[in-house]
Amino acid sequence: MGRPFRSVSALTPSTPVLRQRAHGLQGPAFVRWGLIGATLLLLGVFLVVPLVAVFTFAFQKGWAAYGASLVRPASLAAMRLTLLAAVIAVPLNLVFGLAAAWLIARYRFRGRSLLLTLIDLPFSVSPVIAGLIFVLLFGRQGWFGAWLLDHDVRVIFAVPGIVLATVFVTFPYVVREVLPVMEAQGSDEEEAALTLGASGWRTFWSVTLPKVKWGVLYGVILCNARAMGEFGAVSVVSGHVRGVTTTLPLHAEILYNEYDLAGAFAVASLLTLLALVTLVVKKFVEWRSQPS
Amino acid sequence: MSIVVEQLARRFSPGGSPAVSEVSFQAPAGAITSLLGPSGAGKSTLLRLIAGLEIPDEGRVLIDGVDCTTMPVQQRGVGVVFQSYALFKHMTVRQNVAFGLEIRRVPKAEREARVEEMLRMVQLEHLGGRYPGQLSGGQRQRVAFARALAIRPRVLLLDEPFGALDTRVREELREWLHALHEQTRLTTLLVTHDQQEALEISQHVVVMSEGRVAQAASPAEVYDRPASPFVASFIGGASVLHGEVRAGRAAMGALSVAAPVAAREGEPVQAFVRPHDIKLARSLSDAAGASTALGRVERLKSVGGYVKVFLRLPTGDEVTVEVPRSEFDALGVVEGDSVRADVRSATVFVGDYSI
Amino acid sequence: MARPLRHRVLPGFRLTLGYTWFYLGLVVLIPLSSLFLKTFSLSWEAFWSTVTTARALAAYRLSFGASLAAALANVVFGLLVAWVLVRYRFPGRDVLESLVDLPFALPTAVAGLTLTTLFSAKGWYGQHLEALGIQVAYTSVGVAVALTFIGLPFVVRAVQPVLEELDADVEEAAATLGASPWQTFRRVLFPALVPALLSGFTLAFARALGEYGSVVFISGNMPLRTEIVPLLIITRLEQYDYEGATAIAIVMLAASFSLLLAVNLLHRWSHRRWDARSGA
Repeated sequence: MGRPFRSVSALTPSTPVLRQRAHGLQGPAFVRWGLIGATLLLLGVFLVVPLVAVFTFAFQKGWAAYGASLVRPASLAAMRLTLLAAVIAVPLNLVFGLAAAWLIARYRFRGRSLLLTLIDLPFSVSPVIAGLIFVLLFGRQGWFGAWLLDHDVRVIFAVPGIVLATVFVTFPYVVREVLPVMEAQGSDEEEAALTLGASGWRTFWSVTLPKVKWGVLYGVILCNARAMGEFGAVSVVSGHVRGVTTTLPLHAEILYNEYDLAGAFAVASLLTLLALVTLVVKKFVEWRSQPS
Repeated sequence: MSIVVEQLARRFSPGGSPAVSEVSFQAPAGAITSLLGPSGAGKSTLLRLIAGLEIPDEGRVLIDGVDCTTMPVQQRGVGVVFQSYALFKHMTVRQNVAFGLEIRRVPKAEREARVEEMLRMVQLEHLGGRYPGQLSGGQRQRVAFARALAIRPRVLLLDEPFGALDTRVREELREWLHALHEQTRLTTLLVTHDQQEALEISQHVVVMSEGRVAQAASPAEVYDRPASPFVASFIGGASVLHGEVRAGRAAMGALSVAAPVAAREGEPVQAFVRPHDIKLARSLSDAAGASTALGRVERLKSVGGYVKVFLRLPTGDEVTVEVPRSEFDALGVVEGDSVRADVRSATVFVGDYSI
Repeated sequence: MARPLRHRVLPGFRLTLGYTWFYLGLVVLIPLSSLFLKTFSLSWEAFWSTVTTARALAAYRLSFGASLAAALANVVFGLLVAWVLVRYRFPGRDVLESLVDLPFALPTAVAGLTLTTLFSAKGWYGQHLEALGIQVAYTSVGVAVALTFIGLPFVVRAVQPVLEELDADVEEAAATLGASPWQTFRRVLFPALVPALLSGFTLAFARALGEYGSVVFISGNMPLRTEIVPLLIITRLEQYDYEGATAIAIVMLAASFSLLLAVNLLHRWSHRRWDARSGA
């Protein structure tokens, strides 16, 4: 709910030069060090230790057990399903994100602010409700339930439901990251390209896209991280059929509930690596998009 | 309440070039003193050192004879107007002005009276309830003045107070500041890069260059008797002529002007000539005086009431001459013409100065 | 709408407009409308009795209470972390700066599993807290802890840019007027941060209300005691009680929409009051 990350364009350089301050402008040193200490303690307890814990728990039975719990058929099936959901959801939302960002950044038209609000909807809906709406549509008692049953198509408690829920929860990520970048860039260069005789498509590919590529990359990375890590929405529509409708997060849950702590955290460690990669890419994109 | 600065130095990075070094001057009590110089000359740093927003590496700051070099800014009793105004944007105009009084725990009745008095003084009494975001640039500027003056500061420090405003508002506010000073007689230090501003409203000018004081004197003195080639070129838009000492005079080709007495024969000289200190004439034959040279008109630029004439002298130096429009029309020169230039006055420096 | 529309020289308006609405409708609007259609199939009495059962009321209390506690904790923590990251330089600062976003990037299930294991009776934290007589896992405290974790970045990221953009001049001006560093913070800096703190608070609160993955593991899921609203919705679904699930979902949705509306109004208000130029 709400916008998860600060968009890249809104980032000010995160290391402004600190001015040397005359005394009288800076509080006493013990206050400074007290505040820094409190922050280190807080972030240590809440962020660093849990991060270390994931890998400690994952490797508590050694490398061999770690490897073994990842190559089990059920684990491999969960990886395949997770990748499948991401491979479908990310490109769909990427194409949409580019189209919508172009539309909203470049034109003023009736319904523009309504559109902006509606695009944010999936952020403000609880993941559980995101799953629920697909059950209401495609579940056995749902609007299309009878029709689907007659034609022997399964959506809920099957792979299509998981993909649909994933597309829904990751819907706003790309447009939300690309839009501010595109707005900040203005359309002078596009207009210049048009006066030079370039077609609309040509202008988009060779002028617009290169300008917003870092925003696009960041949006895609965020979209992908959420697609692979989504739990609530997918949990509602999955039915938890092991090896068939379990994504990696659901698989971790099942293992945890079966008291296979090392196995659960082995799976969790993969997802944690994904999160760390996301943070590194974010840092990289910030660094690239800073005016040097 | 004079401000005295002695041998002040401040460098921002160890080993880097100092922002301010060996600066000494006095700002007389009750007068407006300008700190004038190009950007990067160290004027603002100097102001911040006096305000207590920076602590000097060396030297002393005395306000009213009291050494306050290391006194915390809160206790100095200085009124500062920042270039960006630095208004508290979540407070109304009235709350901004009252802030310093509240910190000083001035009783409510007295505080309110003082705030109203200040608002009247800056002619903003009807806007006391507005937020700074709802004011124009000139109005914000006046709020900043009222806020600084409300605490009855011992001295008033102004950091390019009109820098962010457009020309017309600048001129209005300059007049206003002059009137305000007449009223308060507060010792004022004004940082500016605008020589017009400095010469017009201050009684004392400190010209700065590269972190040092180039000259400290009255506006007339600085204008008429610049102490260095830098001051001569920075103030008054003078052209530079290069030559050498010959027969006790500064000779630039055929043209020569009086040189300082101590000048030795053959030494290089620079003569600074202001645009209105040259008179142009058409007749070439009448080259009587020594302070006369022939020049070719390279370019003409009409600027409102006068015309700028760019002359190339035989020595290769270029001089700019300003001719009133009526005089120019009577003269009737066009680009490419040769004219006679009579140098009425010039400031001469002997030696290899580089500015 | 009489205001002139911007020129549409750039190509692609019809194409992108059509596609955007089509895709939005297909992926978001049609599915979401199923929720409202389902609600209309309920009578008012049925709706009311469904959303006011003792179990539902207990779930609201827990969800709202724990979310509120977490959001408040995040205001304090967020202000602290943002202040330290912006104002001070110390070893490890850059790493912490990046790590603040971890709760956003980490799949919620991983957060839930990890926090539960850490806070359980034999866990790294739990064993020490147990010795002090404090139980976190499987209590409402655990719910609040998990919600604090996932909401941490909201306030930090809302406050940080505002703090970075505050001009040093403003603090210096306060000092020249006699204010001590503490007075400057309390009277000049803090008021300027209030809108950002409020918006961070509201975003964290809204997120916490709907949160599921990080909470289900640590909450223990005891009906009437540690059952959060999203879990109750799932329980109803598993009993094929679509109407019950929908009714409770509508209540949740209304709550989070009002919160986000509040954030938007707040933004508009503070912008109009402080930043608007009167074009003088």
